[in-house]
Amino acid sequence: MSDIAERVKKIVVEHLGVEEQKVVEGASFIDDLGADSLDTVELVMAFEEEFGIEIPDDAAETIQTFGDAVGFITNAK
Amino acid sequence: MFDLTGKSALVTGASGGIGGAIAKALYDAGAAVALSGTRVEPLEALAAELGERAHVVPCNLGDAEAVDALPKQAQEAMGGLDILVNNAGITRDQIFMRMKDEEWAQVLEVNLTANMRLCRGVMRPMMKARWGRIINIGSIVGSTGNPGQVNYAAAKAGLVGLTKSIAYETASRGITANVVAPGFIATAMTDKLTDEQKDGILKQVPAGRMGAANEIGAAVLYLASNEASYVTGATLHVNGGMAMF
Repeated sequence: MSDIAERVKKIVVEHLGVEEQKVVEGASFIDDLGADSLDTVELVMAFEEEFGIEIPDDAAETIQTFGDAVGFITNAK
Repeated sequence: MFDLTGKSALVTGASGGIGGAIAKALYDAGAAVALSGTRVEPLEALAAELGERAHVVPCNLGDAEAVDALPKQAQEAMGGLDILVNNAGITRDQIFMRMKDEEWAQVLEVNLTANMRLCRGVMRPMMKARWGRIINIGSIVGSTGNPGQVNYAAAKAGLVGLTKSIAYETASRGITANVVAPGFIATAMTDKLTDEQKDGILKQVPAGRMGAANEIGAAVLYLASNEASYVTGATLHVNGGMAMF
């Protein structure tokens, strides 16, 4: 697993309080990991901070799964 | 009780009587305050009177871009932003039959839409901090209506729905959103009324007197405090019993 994926996973585990093995490529933050819509906003804020990037609102809406997040951040870096 | 040491507050309409009293109440409780308004001179005078934790951040609430930029400016001036007090408001009174679209639009823009923009702008720092206070200054006429104030009353009533919805969304993050609804408060605006007009109004006030601006400041201070952390989505009426809900 890439360094970015590890860091994203750490944020997701800490923020949503889920087990690490549940955070897989296709895991949906809302449907599989129990996030509510505010959690998803907060996750995006945490990603922005961790990686020093800006994620505009329309892009944030496309980040639904763990894999989406890793993909977006990898491209943005 | 009600200690705001280390907190930072943005107060709009701080050049007015009520806004100034709100800023003073928060400042005296230990908060840093960012004073906003359109007229720089009275803001500077108030900042000088208060002291070094007071900052001036002028803004025309009719200018959407300037409004969107204001929370960041306030945050930079104070090093944080924990409390937002949307106090600024304008009136364009007119009997309804003659009310122009423009009179409606201006009042809705400044009294409702600008407040929404500022609330939206403070969400991020408050969510991050897991602590925030939004206090929107409504009006008794938002609940009772008032002849000549279709636009103003609609905007003030709108604030209540806006505030309650924000309260729902953010309660789990330590953020509260409430309305303070003043009744008849003595300010420069009410000084212009004739004694006859004042008497007419005071007949409707069980307390038998006008409210003082610092009585609104005290209500805001309470809602801004840690002690009020379980109060959210509420409208606190401060009106001498003029209308009871």
